[in-house]
Amino acid sequence: MSRSGFLQYEKFNQLFSQLQSAGYGCVGPSVIDGAVQFGKISSVAQLPQGIELTVKPGSVRVAKGDHQRYFAWPNGAQGIKPWLYRSRELLWRAEQTEQGFVFNRPEVNAEPIAFIGARACDLAALQLQDLHFMYGDYPDPFYSAHRNALFIVGVNCSHTGNTCFCASTGDGPEIQSGFDLLLDELDDGFIVRFGSEKGLKIFEQLELTPVSAEGHVDAKAQIAEVIAAQERALLHENMHANIFSNLDDREWDSVAEKCLACGNCTMVCPTCFCHREVEVQALDGKSSQHIREWDSCFNQDHSYIHGITIRDETRLRYRQWMSHKLGSWRDQYDRTGCTGCGRCISWCPAAIDFVAEANLIAGDS
Amino acid sequence: MSAQPIANPYLPYEAEIVERIQETPDVFTWRLRFVDEQLHQQYEFQHGQFNMLYQFGVGEIPVSVKNREQNLLTHTIRVVGRVTKAMAELKAGHRIGIRGPYGRGWPIQDCTGKDVVFITAGLGCAPAISAIQHVAECRTCFGRLVIMQSVKHRSDMLWQKQYDEWRQLPNTQVLLAASREKTNWPNWERGRVSVLFEDAIYDKQNCTVMLCGPDGMMSGSARMLAELGVPEEHIYLSLERNMQCAIGHCGHCQFGSAFVCKDGPVFSYPEVKEVLGHRGF
Repeated sequence: MSRSGFLQYEKFNQLFSQLQSAGYGCVGPSVIDGAVQFGKISSVAQLPQGIELTVKPGSVRVAKGDHQRYFAWPNGAQGIKPWLYRSRELLWRAEQTEQGFVFNRPEVNAEPIAFIGARACDLAALQLQDLHFMYGDYPDPFYSAHRNALFIVGVNCSHTGNTCFCASTGDGPEIQSGFDLLLDELDDGFIVRFGSEKGLKIFEQLELTPVSAEGHVDAKAQIAEVIAAQERALLHENMHANIFSNLDDREWDSVAEKCLACGNCTMVCPTCFCHREVEVQALDGKSSQHIREWDSCFNQDHSYIHGITIRDETRLRYRQWMSHKLGSWRDQYDRTGCTGCGRCISWCPAAIDFVAEANLIAGDS
Repeated sequence: MSAQPIANPYLPYEAEIVERIQETPDVFTWRLRFVDEQLHQQYEFQHGQFNMLYQFGVGEIPVSVKNREQNLLTHTIRVVGRVTKAMAELKAGHRIGIRGPYGRGWPIQDCTGKDVVFITAGLGCAPAISAIQHVAECRTCFGRLVIMQSVKHRSDMLWQKQYDEWRQLPNTQVLLAASREKTNWPNWERGRVSVLFEDAIYDKQNCTVMLCGPDGMMSGSARMLAELGVPEEHIYLSLERNMQCAIGHCGHCQFGSAFVCKDGPVFSYPEVKEVLGHRGF
């Protein structure tokens, strides 16, 4: 285990000022529109201190809690994904010339960002997005630029949500790797560790005191409590084989009766990567932008091909989402595409329980 | 960090339509030249790969490379959607964007000395044309060449003259079928492509079969060929799915575990057997 130090609440804002001095813009959680959302923030004052976040299928509620903690809630509405794989990105622009047109490459303004409050499920998802966008045959220049400019402040979860199941996927609640700095929040401050050289540089600038023996024990204990408190567990060992041998299972029909095919689950999923390419022509007709934006396998035109929609029923689209996430993802990236964050359950307007459905359709009975 | 232009795998290159050929009322062929002469000379493709073609202000579509004739890149397009309808309006001299080639093509390099069988339906013949030409041009490099093509009506048949020329080659068989034809014509069978299987002469143990057509035709044919004794791993097929990025990122073309754009479009039958012909994939 790397060196650790204790950062008292009164000194917490040093983290912000040191990251800012190092050239990072800080991105962190705040309560916005009744949910915990990540945005650009400049100080600890904007963090969701003393709140209680209650999540359950189809419901997310923020209330005032009886504590002074900053991260006493399971996870935010989105993971790190929107900051690297942007919901809308200009790929290129075609400009008309006398004879034809030219293609102009956009400049990528990869502003260095410090993401404060990444959870274990989000860091596991980040690794999957890295594999998809950065380590294939065609590294994505946009994702890579944002990714390389990212500083990660991870936070070990001290509270679980009703929809969380990271312990069963093996991704949380304790962060194992992938952070620059790591925080364990206790009642009066944070145990701080570093996981990289750039993390060490900030670590050394903080006014830290030694961590008490009780502090280490308390940090371990609250992680153990989160594991014990998780009510859902994905039984994912044989899901690949089970899903692909149950493609005509009747349960696909019953889940499709509830599913609105709205795509909310895919929008909040930290690993979903589908996007469409769209053309936006200027009003004067002289230039045209080629843009990519997030798409969802729940959209009818996701599977459109020369006049045919391959997945023309919600049943087939729900099956595509689950069979990819828990089945074929394993062939593509050596593990499932689910890191147990539970957002797809919390943000489903029909309160569909992804874990229960998966265990029913694909679990070992 | 200062802003800088970046290498961009999404960026197309400008090309000129040198010639436009109306093949049938809804199918046309473009013969193209990259505007950048050096790029035009350097451009290479494997038989069965595809390019992304872009029309200014409208969008991009994937189209298999038909071949390279008289040093011009050839694409054959059926008018069916928003982008192809707009493309149909373009004339010789107009310009488009091209990026590619993408994907994995036909396993021609593994066919030396073996019988080579092409089974195609409708416009599914286009992705196979350059591979057939390659085998036709070197009849002694390969065993027998068997070409089976089916269409709905005899009038849908593209490149009939080319097929008639192939028919004259040694050790070569050209079999044609029309599923909705009412009249008997010389050299034509009535029915789907499978009606030709009985007449095809090739070494089932030592051949490579390449299929291209609608999914149902390919899954049905692959099953029948396996029953006839062709080892499944010697059967290849070219799939078509919604492709927008062509580099395995956008997710639309997923077919079970495969990204058709980068893992295919050509697959061996065992690679896709699990979901081929299954509704929803």
